[in-house]
This record gives sequence, structure tokens and C-alpha cells, in this order.
Amino acid sequence: MAADAIVRLEGLRKSYGALAAVDGIDLEIRRGELFALLGPSGCGKTTLLRLLAGFEQPDAGRVLIDGQDMTGVPAYRRPVNMMFQSYALFPHMDVAANVAYGLQRDGVAKDEIAHRVAEVLAQVRLSELGKRKPSQLSGGQRQRVALARALVKRPKLLLLDEPLAALDRKLRESTRFELVRLQEELGVTFVMVTHDQEEAMSMASRLAVMDKGRIAQAGDAHEIYEHPRSRLVAGFIGIANILPGEGGTGWLALRPEKIGLHAERPATDRAVRGEVVQVAYEGDRSHYHVAVDGLPVMQVVAMNTDHAVRPRWARGDAVWLGWSDAAAQRLEE
Amino acid sequence: MRLVIALPFLWLGLFFLLPFGLVVAIALGTNNPDAVPPVDLGLSLKNFALLWSDDLYRVAWLNSLRIAATSTAICLLLGYPMAYAIARSAPARRPLLLMLVVLPFWTSFLIRVYAWMGLLSSNGLLNTFLKATGLVDNPGTILGTEWAVHLGIVYAYLPFMVLPLYGALEKLDNTLLEAAADLGAPPATAFLTVTLPLSLPGVIAGCLLVFIPAVGEFVIPDLLGGTGTLMIGKVLWDEFFLNSDWPLAAAVAVCLLVLLVGPMVLFQRQQARSLERA
Repeated sequence: MAADAIVRLEGLRKSYGALAAVDGIDLEIRRGELFALLGPSGCGKTTLLRLLAGFEQPDAGRVLIDGQDMTGVPAYRRPVNMMFQSYALFPHMDVAANVAYGLQRDGVAKDEIAHRVAEVLAQVRLSELGKRKPSQLSGGQRQRVALARALVKRPKLLLLDEPLAALDRKLRESTRFELVRLQEELGVTFVMVTHDQEEAMSMASRLAVMDKGRIAQAGDAHEIYEHPRSRLVAGFIGIANILPGEGGTGWLALRPEKIGLHAERPATDRAVRGEVVQVAYEGDRSHYHVAVDGLPVMQVVAMNTDHAVRPRWARGDAVWLGWSDAAAQRLEE
Repeated sequence: MRLVIALPFLWLGLFFLLPFGLVVAIALGTNNPDAVPPVDLGLSLKNFALLWSDDLYRVAWLNSLRIAATSTAICLLLGYPMAYAIARSAPARRPLLLMLVVLPFWTSFLIRVYAWMGLLSSNGLLNTFLKATGLVDNPGTILGTEWAVHLGIVYAYLPFMVLPLYGALEKLDNTLLEAAADLGAPPATAFLTVTLPLSLPGVIAGCLLVFIPAVGEFVIPDLLGGTGTLMIGKVLWDEFFLNSDWPLAAAVAVCLLVLLVGPMVLFQRQQARSLERA
């Protein structure tokens, strides 16, 4: 195990009947990072999280947390806490009692509990609401109680199951930064499950894209965006034009912002002629669909940096598309 | 529209308040065996005074409360695991299990109590079985004892305990138990700190649904109990039909109602609260 790895998964498998939810996963998560498991629903990311939490036990393979083999250890004996997607706050307890619950289970002394509950409630800006019941809180407040309840035990690993999914869009943006700030401040390793690639890219120090119970690719956001290994990863993270490779072998991924639109044939490595079939004006950028002979419809994104009020190209215009060879990423599969 | 609102009140007035007024009026009268009906109306409290002063009634009251309380406790101890098991079973199997719980209702209550008489009498099925298998050489008779009354009440009222408990446990969100485990609670602790408190509305509802009718139960102590187990429902019956003392019987009925108003109000309020929460 690498010195800085806090989690190590070895050959992890878990099936439900004939369905292999986790189908042979080897993965290391580093101490103090914010790691995101990303993938479409049914890809096995939630099962993987539940295997880490101890709610499920693997059919094969090992789970090591901070060097200790946790395989077969039940959830209540793991140094791991989870923030549930539904928050799972105890409705019959007030906020302070919810947060104190885990400390009471560990037999922490009463005044120590009071002190730590107050401390963590201050960290999530809920000091005033200790006596409220969960039903008297807003969605965002509930989310912070769930976070405080999981953090108060100072776990080696904090698991977050779709932490932002239940919040509305505005709140989601600010909470993203809040979570990252807390994670950096506390230095706790976060493992987050999400289906939202934007969320994963903007928050995580590293991420793993999962598909059909396996890890399709793991790395930092830049690596995965700029150097996707497969068509699946390229298509799942951002938008990618998938082009046939040289001489008809393999595939290339070309990001829409790497393509330039020109009136005349450009002097780029590659240049093709096409016709604009659709334009979506998004304010700061415009999103074009361009039909090109012999290729799938190309997606092109251009920033609207000049002062033109209207998009520069309209439907039906003939354009030249140009890009450099370096921008097209060769895919392994 | 007004008629629709008025209808329940009309119903209550006609079939509860009016008869109850008659019962109160009779309770305040005096017994006159020669009159038809055998009551002289009046404003006498002596029937109530008798209930208070005569040991027979006090013993019957206390017996009723005690037997109802212990039967309720036994129903809770039996019904909770049953309700829990049904709530935890596969969703597809729950209707079947619930149907099994209410299946006894398909047979008349009276017939079922008579069946218990057949089972528990000295030459009944139970004793015959015990003797034939040699388990017990000379078994005593359960019929006619307080044991039989408890057994009968628990048997008859168990579904009223199981159903509200099931209702409360079935609503319990399983992720709450996972959260408890995640925070370090072993299964037993999670049960005591999460499952049990959250099923408390079901416990209260179930206990009241068993306790309230069990206090006034008449058929079971009459058929399964002996002369030793005096319960207030049976006393009422005896005063009315054996002694033809309508005013005294009416006084017992009024007292029974007053006594049970407390638990009934509790039940109502608890139901209203759980409705609000839902």
C-alpha cells in the first residue's frame, strides 16, 4: 500500500443474484483527498460506497482502511461515517441529539459530547438551531445537520452519497464550495458518489468514472477530460465528438471547444467543410451543430468574446471546421 | 352540504347520546321489580354509592383493570415481534401475512370462544393430548381459571395490537437504521434508540385498542373464567339479567364509560397527532 493511501480496494466483487454490481475493482484513495465516484445510475458506484461503509460485504476481495483489513467488519465498528442522500436524520431527536448520537455510542463523556457538538454545529453554521427537530429545518439546513453528524466522530473517511442531489440549483452551487472548504479545513478524506459530472469535476481532487461495476478510468479532472481512455469516458465527461481514427482503425475524441469555425479554409492540421444545422446561443458561448460529409454531426462550442450581438454563424451557413492533431485524443476502446 | 356535516352528529345523537341519556336516567332511578320496566325514575345516587361501598364491585373493577392490563402487556410482547417480522418481510408476502393475522375474524367471535372451551375443558383436546402423549399424567383444568381468561383475551385481541404496530413499523425508513449502524450502534442499540421510539405511536394505539375493550369484556370471563374471576362486564350482565336490577347495572355502565374516557381521549389525541405528522 502506498504510504499516502487511506483506502485500498483489492479485487472487490459484489453481486445481487445474477447482476454483478461491483465486478472486480482495484482502487487506492489517498489520505486527505476529495475523491469522487462518478457514473450513470446502475454503474455500481453506490454499491461501492456501501461496501466502504460496511452496509454490504463483498463476495470477493478486500477492503483496507488505513492499513487495516475491514473486510467482514460491520458498519458500526468501522472508522467511517456517511452522509446519506436522504440525510437519514432521526426525526424523533433534535439537531443536537442527532449530532451527539454517534459520540454517545462511543461512550464519550457528557461534557466532551456537549463541547464537540457545539464545535461542529458552529463549523456548519447551525449553532442557533440545536433545539430544532429535523422537520422544522429547511433542506439546506438538514443537509448541514447530516454533515455535522457524520463529521463529529472525526472519521478516517467521510462517505457522501449524492450530497447535493436533494438541494435546489442555487444552493447546490454554494454548497459545493462549502463542502470543499470544510474538507480542506478538516483534512478528512471525502469519498463522494455522484452522477453529476460537473459536480465531480469541480469538487474532486481525483475521480473515478465507473461503468458496469468496473472503473473505466481514474485520475484528476484534467487528465480525464483531456485524455479520456474510452468512448464511454469521453462521452460521459463533457461533450466529445467521436471520430474514426487514421485509416479507419480506432477512435478519436475531439472536444467541441477545440474546434475553430472559419469562413475560409484555415491553416490548421485538419480542416473540413460543413453546414451549420443548429445554433444554441447561451450568452457567453454558442453551441453549434455542424453537418459534415462522412462524419457524424460535429458539435462545436465558440466563446462569444467579440461584441457581435448576434451569433456569428446562422443555420444554413457553410463553414470550415479546423483543429490541430494534438487536440484529437486517441481512444483505447 | 350542511346535511352531510350534520349527518354524523345526527347519528351520534340518535344512537349514542340518546341511549346514553336513558342509561344515565335509569342509573339515577330506583329498582322496582313489579314495574315494567322495573325502574322508578328519580334522582337518587344510591346506586353509585353502592358501587363504591360494596367490596364485590371494587374487586370486580380492580380485577378488570388488572386482567386487561396484563393481557395488554402480553399482547404487546407477542404482537411486537409479529408486527416487526411482517414489516421486515418481503413486500410481496406482507398481504398474505396480514391476512393470516385477521383471518380469525372470519369466524364469529362467540364460536371461537366456545372452541376454546372445548380445547381447555377437563376432558378437552388439550388435556386428552397431554394424557395420551404421557407428557402430564394428571393435568389440571385451565378452563374456569384466570389463565383461561387471559388466554382468551390475548387470543381475541392480538390482531388489534399487531395491526397498528405493523402500521408504525412498516413506515420506518430503513436508512435510519443504517445511519444508526454507521454512527456506531450495534443492532440491539439501534433497535432501542431508533426503532422502538419511532414505533411508539403504534405501541400506544395498539395498547389502547386492546385495553379499552378488554376492561369491559364480558363474553370471555363469562365463558372461559370461573366464579373466581369477577370482571366488571360480567357483574353488569348479572345485575341486569339475573337480578333484574336495571338501575345498578346502568350505574355500572356509566362508571365503565367514565373510567374509559381517559384512555379514549388519549387514543384520540395520539391518532390526531400522528395524522398531523403524516
